Amino acid sequence: MGRQTRKPSLDTHLVAGNGLLDRRHLLAVGLAGASAALPLLAKAGELNIEPWMTTPGAPFEGYGRPSRFEAKVVRTFVSAPNTGGTGSARTPLHRLNGAITPNGLHYERSHNGVPDIDPDAHRLLIHGLVERPLVFSPETLSRYPMESQIAFVECGGNSGALYQKEPADLDAQGLHGLLSCAEWTGVRLSILLDEAGIDPKAKWILAEGADASGMSRSAPLAKAMEDSLIALYQNGERLRPSNGYPMRLLLPGYEGNMQVKWLRRIKLTEEPTMTRDETSKYTLLTPDGKALQFVFPVEAKSVITRPSPGLDLKETGFYEISGLAWSGYGKVSKVEVSADGGQSWGEAVLQEPVLPMALTRFRMAWQWSGGPAILQSRVTDETGYRQPTRDALITRRGSRAIYHFNAIASWGVSGDGKVSHVYA
Amino acid sequence: MSMRSLVAITLAILAFGGLAMAAGGTRVAHPALGRTATTEDVAAWDVSIGPDGKGLPPGRGTAETGEAVYLAKCVGCHGEKGAGKPNDRLAGGRETLASDQPAVKTVGSYWPYATTIFDYVRRAMPINEPKSLTHDEVYAVVAYLLKINGIISDGEIIDAQSLPRIKMPNREGFVPFARGQ
Repeated sequence: MGRQTRKPSLDTHLVAGNGLLDRRHLLAVGLAGASAALPLLAKAGELNIEPWMTTPGAPFEGYGRPSRFEAKVVRTFVSAPNTGGTGSARTPLHRLNGAITPNGLHYERSHNGVPDIDPDAHRLLIHGLVERPLVFSPETLSRYPMESQIAFVECGGNSGALYQKEPADLDAQGLHGLLSCAEWTGVRLSILLDEAGIDPKAKWILAEGADASGMSRSAPLAKAMEDSLIALYQNGERLRPSNGYPMRLLLPGYEGNMQVKWLRRIKLTEEPTMTRDETSKYTLLTPDGKALQFVFPVEAKSVITRPSPGLDLKETGFYEISGLAWSGYGKVSKVEVSADGGQSWGEAVLQEPVLPMALTRFRMAWQWSGGPAILQSRVTDETGYRQPTRDALITRRGSRAIYHFNAIASWGVSGDGKVSHVYA
Repeated sequence: MSMRSLVAITLAILAFGGLAMAAGGTRVAHPALGRTATTEDVAAWDVSIGPDGKGLPPGRGTAETGEAVYLAKCVGCHGEKGAGKPNDRLAGGRETLASDQPAVKTVGSYWPYATTIFDYVRRAMPINEPKSLTHDEVYAVVAYLLKINGIISDGEIIDAQSLPRIKMPNREGFVPFARGQ
């Protein structure tokens, strides 16, 4: 009897089915007066004097690298046949925490490799429906007033595998890894457009890259004037080549393909140019054979990054369920988590600061009993839009849309703690 | 001082004009450090072609000449007569859009504007040597792709005048997205 009564009772702290616990169980919030789990005894020989405590460490190096013990934390990538750099490299979302993606792990989608651009030879041309066409070098732009925005970039094709009829046997990186978030610093595009003098007939911009694919996309001029940047810096350092060095277009909240990397030209036009990537790609084919075009902001979405496939549960007990939520339409206002496949939901804690068009980290306390569970998250953004179920999205769009999948995703936890991608 | 420098300085002074009002009433400095581009500068870079065909260069081609270019430069990735493999299929698939089967999205079944083919091939293809085709070669390859999709016949000439007039089979296949769709 003594053993039974000494076990902590968490029943009074449950907020939803299958072990979801009150937010007081998270460190950031605190758990005053609640019964804590009994500490386990340290193993014999756990507290050693290790070699690194008794020998001098490594010397300095010019540009730091992660610990060699973190070698698994890398992007995974696939290239199209006959190419080396046409395809995408995915962020290991399940091995990161916080909301900012390290520059070397930012996802990448390139359409003919990463160009090796000499910034002294690079130019940005602004022309079309303007009073005077203007040319800027990276050095010239560096003299302009700058500002920073923390913004996610998500590929329009991210999570596209979830349109498939059967759940793909992939992890968070393989399914949702075309998603990253950085602090971008640069010059407001509106300042440069004002200087060029906008013709009132202009309604669109065409943005074009200096890479071998000459990536080009049309975007509404209104967005260019509202909050867009010519980004020169990414998390404090110059953009990485794979993210557009020496400059890229940042259209906060819009699908990644439009945020043209290696930006060399902006043309103001009356109508969209109807480029290959805004017609034959990045359009959503619906069941009646029509395709939805110009799907610009990415819709509100969330994914659980931990636990997730590859991060199996080793023993029963307390876990923090953690993930990312975002919306191309503004701020995240609420994230709910379920451990029973959506039958009941508990509200997660949002990590501050919660910023518009930025990834928001959410956390939920969970007591895993050792039984099967289905973990889900759903976000509501500040416009009141709530992330739909997969069934609802597929009913509306069919399963051939490829792009802009934003429905609830599910991780199944089996009795032995293995985590896998499931539909629920 | 040259006339061009004088013009540039005058424009810079006009553009600077002190400070402009931005949204929210804050004042934004306009450094006006951009250099004015000449018409020739712009022409060399302005390669995008919209549905009206404005800016299409001189040149012409037919499917016959296009087939030779296709066999030399394109077939390795896109297969015989645009059948695809290992890369994108370029022909056929027209009956697959409104069905439960996998959609075969090709130039013929899906692309709404013929001008896009010229724009894309000129800027991005062939993938291992983009921007290497002459304008005549690009027009010819476009003609070949239109022909293998049954959109034009063998002898038809594709050039700056005829290309924008081509009506693609899926021209009406796109609707602007509205949130919630």
